[in-house]
Amino acid sequence: MKTTINNKVYELNDEAADRNLLDYLREELDLTGAKNGCGKGLCGACTILADNKAVKACRQKVSFIDGKEVLTIEGMSGPGGKLHPLQQSFIDCGAVQCGFCTPGMILTAHAFLLKNNNPSRDEVRKAITPNLCRCTGYQQIIDAIMNAAVNYG
Amino acid sequence: MKQAETGKKAWRNDAYSKVTGQAEYCDDLKVHGMAHAVPVYSSEVHAEIISIETEEARSFPGVLSVITAGDIPGEIRYGQIYKDYHMLADDRIRFNGDVIAIVVAQKREQAVAAAKLVRLNAKPLPPLLDPEEALKDGASLVHEDHIFEGKSCNITNHHKIRRGNVSAAFKECDFVIERKFNTQYIEHSYLEPESGLCIPRYDGVMEVMGSMQHPFSTRRFVAAILGAKLSDVEVRSVAVGGGFGGKDDTAALVCARAALAAKILNKPVKMTYDREWSFRESYKRHPYIIYYKMGIKNGKIHAAEVKIIADSGAYCSVTPWVTWRSTVQCCGPYEVEHVHCDTYGVYTNNVFTGAMRGFGSPQLNFAIEQLVDIAAEKLGISPVEFRKQNMLRQGSTTITGQVLDTHTVSLDQVFEETLKRMDYESKLAKCSRGRADENSDELYGTGLALSYRGMSLGAEGMDFNSAIINVQPDGSILLEAAIHENGQGAESAFILIAAGELGTSVDRIRYRQPSTSNIPDGGTTVASRGTIMGGGAVVTATRELKRKLAMALCCRLSCNPGDIRFFNDRIYGKTDDVFLTYEQAVHEMYLQQEIPYAFGVFKAPKVSWDEETGKGNAYFTWVYGCQAVELTVNRKTGKVKLLNMTAAHEVGRAINMPMILGQIYGGMAMGAGYGLMEEVKVKDGIIQNTNFNTYKIPRAADLPEMQAIVIENGDPLSPSGAKGIGEPANELMAPAIANAVYNATGIRYYSSPLKITVENENNNK
Ligand code: FES
Ligand code: FES
Repeated sequence: MKTTINNKVYELNDEAADRNLLDYLREELDLTGAKNGCGKGLCGACTILADNKAVKACRQKVSFIDGKEVLTIEGMSGPGGKLHPLQQSFIDCGAVQCGFCTPGMILTAHAFLLKNNNPSRDEVRKAITPNLCRCTGYQQIIDAIMNAAVNYG
Repeated sequence: MKQAETGKKAWRNDAYSKVTGQAEYCDDLKVHGMAHAVPVYSSEVHAEIISIETEEARSFPGVLSVITAGDIPGEIRYGQIYKDYHMLADDRIRFNGDVIAIVVAQKREQAVAAAKLVRLNAKPLPPLLDPEEALKDGASLVHEDHIFEGKSCNITNHHKIRRGNVSAAFKECDFVIERKFNTQYIEHSYLEPESGLCIPRYDGVMEVMGSMQHPFSTRRFVAAILGAKLSDVEVRSVAVGGGFGGKDDTAALVCARAALAAKILNKPVKMTYDREWSFRESYKRHPYIIYYKMGIKNGKIHAAEVKIIADSGAYCSVTPWVTWRSTVQCCGPYEVEHVHCDTYGVYTNNVFTGAMRGFGSPQLNFAIEQLVDIAAEKLGISPVEFRKQNMLRQGSTTITGQVLDTHTVSLDQVFEETLKRMDYESKLAKCSRGRADENSDELYGTGLALSYRGMSLGAEGMDFNSAIINVQPDGSILLEAAIHENGQGAESAFILIAAGELGTSVDRIRYRQPSTSNIPDGGTTVASRGTIMGGGAVVTATRELKRKLAMALCCRLSCNPGDIRFFNDRIYGKTDDVFLTYEQAVHEMYLQQEIPYAFGVFKAPKVSWDEETGKGNAYFTWVYGCQAVELTVNRKTGKVKLLNMTAAHEVGRAINMPMILGQIYGGMAMGAGYGLMEEVKVKDGIIQNTNFNTYKIPRAADLPEMQAIVIENGDPLSPSGAKGIGEPANELMAPAIANAVYNATGIRYYSSPLKITVENENNNK
C-alpha cells in the first residue's frame, strides 16, 4: 500500500491494512494530533482529510488511505511552523479552550471551506455538527471559520 | 460599570500548540518500554466478592500482570472526604463501575482482550437504588462501617438552615406554592477520556502524568495506593482535554491504578480509558429530589421550606461540599426572612456522584427560578417585576445572615442588561402560552433565570493559594501558580495578570510546567476559584518581586524605592529617561547578591458557618448572573428549537475577555444540554447510555447564536479584582429554558431534562 500523508509518501506494510486507522496514525506514525474522543465515529476528534474529504479515522482501517492523499493537523501549518490562516483564526477568535476537539474541528472546517468559501453562519454551523466540542458552545469556532473563509477560493 | 470591549484578539499561551496538534495530552505520550493497563469490571451492581479468577487472563499472550486488591501495598480505600472508595474492589461490588482488577500487557489490545478472561465469583445482593429508600431507618447499608451522627446509616451528610420561623410565617402568607422537582444525572463529557502515565523514576520517585484537574489530589491517591510518602510521588501537568469538575476522583483513581501497575512491574505504565469505561465508572452530577414550599406575602417571598435529597451513589466523593453550596444558595438571589432547609447526601448502589461545574447550584436554580415565575403568575404580575421586588441588592442580607456590603452587588445590573439586550418584556408579551398562530405548529416562548453565586470554596474548605515568580539572568520570567490548567485558560490569565502588574509584555513571561514537587498544594481547581485564588497569589508574588526590585535598584535609578515604576517592559526611576531593562535589572540584583524571585500567597478572607443553624458569612464574595432564551416548541412533535441565548455576568475585573466570553458561551451550551437533552439513564443500577450516540450533548446545529454581556465591578477583596465565570455560566440556562417552554406551551416541567409532551392529534382544533 502506498499513501501520501502531509505531502510525504509512505509505503505501508500490507499487514497494517486491517488495523484501525486512528490507532495506526497515533501509535505507528506518531501523528497524535488526531484524538480519540469516542472511538465510534460520534465526536469527530479523530478527523483527518483523505482527498480533501473529512474522515473519522476511528471508523476506518488503514487500507482506506491506500492511494489517497491524507492531511492531518500536523500537515496544516506551513514551513517553519507558519500557521495556516484557519489555524490563526482559531487562535484570534478564542475558539480554542481545552483544544481536544481543535485538530478535528480545524480539519472539518478546512474540508468545508475548500468547497464553500463564502458560507453563511448557518452553513458553517451545519458543517461542524459532526464534531463535538464541550468547551466553547461553538460560537467562537463559527466566528473563526467565518473569518478565515476569505483565505479560501 | 465597564462593559466588555469585544472584537479583541484572543491570546493564550497554549493556543499555538493546540491548533497545530503539538499539544500533548496524556495518551499522546510514549515512553520506552511502556506497558498498557486496562480496568476490569463485572456485570454486578451490588454483590459480595467470593473470588476473582485471573489465571486465564494471566496466560494470555502479552499479558504482564493481572492485579487485584490483594496486590495493593498501600491503602485499598481512599477518598477526598471519607476513605470509602475501594481503588480495586476487595469485599464487595458497590456499583456497576467498580473495578475488580487491572490487566497490564505489552500492547493495549492484548490487555483489552485479556480483561474479558477475568472471572468474578460473587454473591449478588439486592441493590439499593432509590435514595429516598436509602434514607429510611432499616435500609440495607451500602457501607456497613459508615457512621453518621453516631449511627450506621446511608447518610453522607446533613446540612441545615434555620432562619426565622417558617411554620408561623407560612400562616401569614397570602399563598403557598408546593412543588417537587427532580434533576437527572449528567456526565461531564469532557472530550478527552481519562488517562494516566506513571513512570518509576531513577530517584525512587513515581512520576505521574495524567488527564486530571487536581494534581495534588491525584498525588494523595497515588501515594495512598503505593503506601508512599507524598514526596515520593511527583504529579506533572500535561494538556488536559476538559474537566468541568469531572477530572478529580476518577482521574486520580486511573493514575493511582497505573502507578500501582508501574510499581509492581517496575516499568512505565499507561492507562487510557475509552469512552464507555469513562461513562461507566466516572462520577456524575448529582441527581436531586427537591421538595420546595414557597410562601408569598405582599408580593415578597416570605418563607421557604426546602428538603433536598442528593444521590451520592456508591461513594461519597465530595457530596458534602456540593450539597453545602445547594443549601447556602437554596433560595436563589432573593431576600427571604424565614427559611428552613434540610439537605441530605445519601449512599445508594448507583454510579457515584461528585463535582461538576455548578457544584450543587444548577439543581436548585432549576427549582427556584421556576417557582419565582409561578409565584409571579399567581400574583398576576410580571416575573420581571416580581424578581425586582425580591432580589438582593447592595447591603441586602442573605438567607445565611451575610450582609452583602464588601463588593458591588451587581444583580440589578446583570438583570437590566439582559432585559435591555433581549427586549425581554416586549417578547414576553408575545409568548404563545399554548396557543399557536392559525397556520403554525410552533409555539413561541422566552424565559430567563437569575442567580448569585458564592466564589471559591467558602466556609467548607481551606482556601489559599500560592504563586512563584522567578526572573532569569536574561530578564525572562518564569511564573507558576498552584492552580491547574484544564483547558479553561488559567495559565494565560496568570501571565496576563503578572504582565499587567510588572508592565511587561506577555512574551517575557513563560508559565512553568507545573508539578506537585515545585509548589505547595493550593487546593483543587474547582469552584471557579482559579482566577480569583491563583490570580490573587500571582498579584501577591509580583508585588513582592517589585518590592525586591525597587529596594535593590533605587540607587542605580537615583530615586527612592517608592518612586520606581514598572511599564513599557522596563523598570523606570523618577523620570522616563532613567530606566533599566529587565536584563540589566537582574544583573544589578546579582551584583548585590539579591535573587529576583518571589513567593506569594493569597489567603481567602475569613468566612464562617454554623452547622446547626446555617448562619454565617458563607463566601467572601459573590458573583451575579442572568441568562435568557428564546425558543419555539413544536406542538405536534414536541421539538424545541432554540432561537437565541443571552447572558450577562458580572466577573469582577475581566482578565482575558475572549476567554470569558468562551466560558459564557460554553456554559450556556452545557446548560441547554442540562435542560433539554442530557440524561445518564440508569436502569437497575446499570448505565444504559455510554457513548455520544445515546448520551447526547449539544452539537453546533442544536444551538442558536449566543450573546454575552460581561460586567466588570472589580472586587476589593480580590487582589487582581477578578472573580470567576466557569460555573456561573453553567447554572442558569436550564431554568431559563423551563420558563420559556412554559411561556410557549403553558405546561410546567418539574423534571430535567424537560420531556415535552406532545399534543394528541385528536385534540387539535
Ligand atoms: S474518536 Fe473518531 S469520531 Fe470520536
Ligand atoms: S475546546 Fe475543549 S472540546 Fe472543544
